[in-house]
Amino acid sequence: MFRTEYRKIVSVLCKRFGFGQIEIAEDIASDSFLAAVQTWGMEGAPPNPVAWLYNVAKNKATNYYQRQRNFENKISKELITNSSEIHEEEIDLSAQNINDSQLQMIFAICNPSIAPEAQVGLALRILCGFGIEEIADAFLTNKETINKRLFRAKEKLREEKIRIEMPGSSEIDERLPSVLTTIYLLFSEGYYSISQNNTLRKDLCLEAMRLCNMLIENESTDRPEINALLSLMCFQASRFEARQNKNGELILYEEQNENLWNYELIGKGGFYLNRSASGNKLSKYHLEATIAYWSTQKSGTKIKWENILQLYNQLLQIEYSPIAALNRTYALSKVYGKQKAIMEAEKLKLNDNQFYFTLLGELYTDLNKDRAGENFRKAISLAKTHTDKQTIQRKLDRL
Amino acid sequence: MPCCGRARAGGRHSKLFKMEEFMLIFRHEDGNKLASPEQMQIWMKQTMDWIGGIAAQNKFSGGNGLPFDDSRVVRPHNVVTNGPFGEIKETIGGYIIVKADSVDEAVEFAKGCPVLQGNGNSVEVRKIAKRDGIH
Repeated sequence: MFRTEYRKIVSVLCKRFGFGQIEIAEDIASDSFLAAVQTWGMEGAPPNPVAWLYNVAKNKATNYYQRQRNFENKISKELITNSSEIHEEEIDLSAQNINDSQLQMIFAICNPSIAPEAQVGLALRILCGFGIEEIADAFLTNKETINKRLFRAKEKLREEKIRIEMPGSSEIDERLPSVLTTIYLLFSEGYYSISQNNTLRKDLCLEAMRLCNMLIENESTDRPEINALLSLMCFQASRFEARQNKNGELILYEEQNENLWNYELIGKGGFYLNRSASGNKLSKYHLEATIAYWSTQKSGTKIKWENILQLYNQLLQIEYSPIAALNRTYALSKVYGKQKAIMEAEKLKLNDNQFYFTLLGELYTDLNKDRAGENFRKAISLAKTHTDKQTIQRKLDRL
Repeated sequence: MPCCGRARAGGRHSKLFKMEEFMLIFRHEDGNKLASPEQMQIWMKQTMDWIGGIAAQNKFSGGNGLPFDDSRVVRPHNVVTNGPFGEIKETIGGYIIVKADSVDEAVEFAKGCPVLQGNGNSVEVRKIAKRDGIH
């Protein structure tokens, strides 16, 4: 309950008083929870804990701004000019306003003027209600670093005078890409993180999906590419339980137990993929979601790989990324054979990329043992984590 | 998939900024020849594989197919004819723009173009003028 209600209270208060008061909004939300813990610990939880919390938060906010205004009126009247805006401290914690505030907050935080990493941090704190420690854990860093990063990001929000409001419908198209990027980064942080905290990682994925869902439920932001992104995340998340063993080691796709795939999520992925098929813009999320759809078909039929290859061909034209280039080459090997794929792979020259050498090693396996070994060894020397090194070592041992 | 990776804002190689851009223009000997839908589909796939290979090296900048229908040729004195065919032998079927270190690298890309399967067809490689006031 903490996360859910924390983020709602912060969004509403920020919306009401602006980013200038973001720390105060956070303090009020935290204080309300502290009060809850203290009171409920002694008296037991009230019949409607959420309403209780909202009341406390409202009172605290009202008191704070009352005091602030008294101070301004009496002592520093001439210094402060904009205080007159706040007249009636009506803190609106209705479902509608909570929802609106959170949507507006998504657009405010996913602002191109803030570094992507800081956007994800802010999103986790303000949109998802994660604790500083949890964020530090997700980013594999310490609390001080996260505090500093969030502090700078909040400064930026103030400097740039970013307003908490819904962009106009023509502006939504322009702003949406950075919102989608942040949501997908949030998801990836959970999906690909090397953090050992499995529950936390899954929570990050679920939060990203929740934010996406919020945008879909809102008529003005229910755009095809958002549906495509949610579809992509559903398909990927469906393999969450299957892609890691008990020791936290990654299980490669080919070796996954299909019974651990979440077929409900696969179904949802299909539903949103269908919903994304409108309009005349083919976004990278459409392509990636369709690739992810084919990946839910375990058997490697020719038609599957031909489709995946063509999708990667298109994806790379929209946006290059080394990982897409490597995956395309893998698909190419499935369609045209390893020889041709090796020729294409050697043109990629991703010489500082462990996955590049892992792929070359796989392509040379069965064709040229020495070259395969050479490439796997190079991949091991580039691999950053112990788990990655182990995974490649097993391939090397199998030669 | 053998690889996993996180979504990252595309960190482009700094070297790419020094690269030249070249246009590879597909010239067809006879635009009047009609291909079967099956043949068209095979060409399409081959073209996409060819472009995908260039894009996988982060060397693809853009491109367009130029369909022969709805084409006109405008001549002096408001003379408009249907399509570029008939009087002239060659037609342009499309183009792509690639990034390359040199014209030689662009030529290597061009060699893989499926258009060259047709005898008499050709790919013209042209450097794109930079808008830097020098070229």
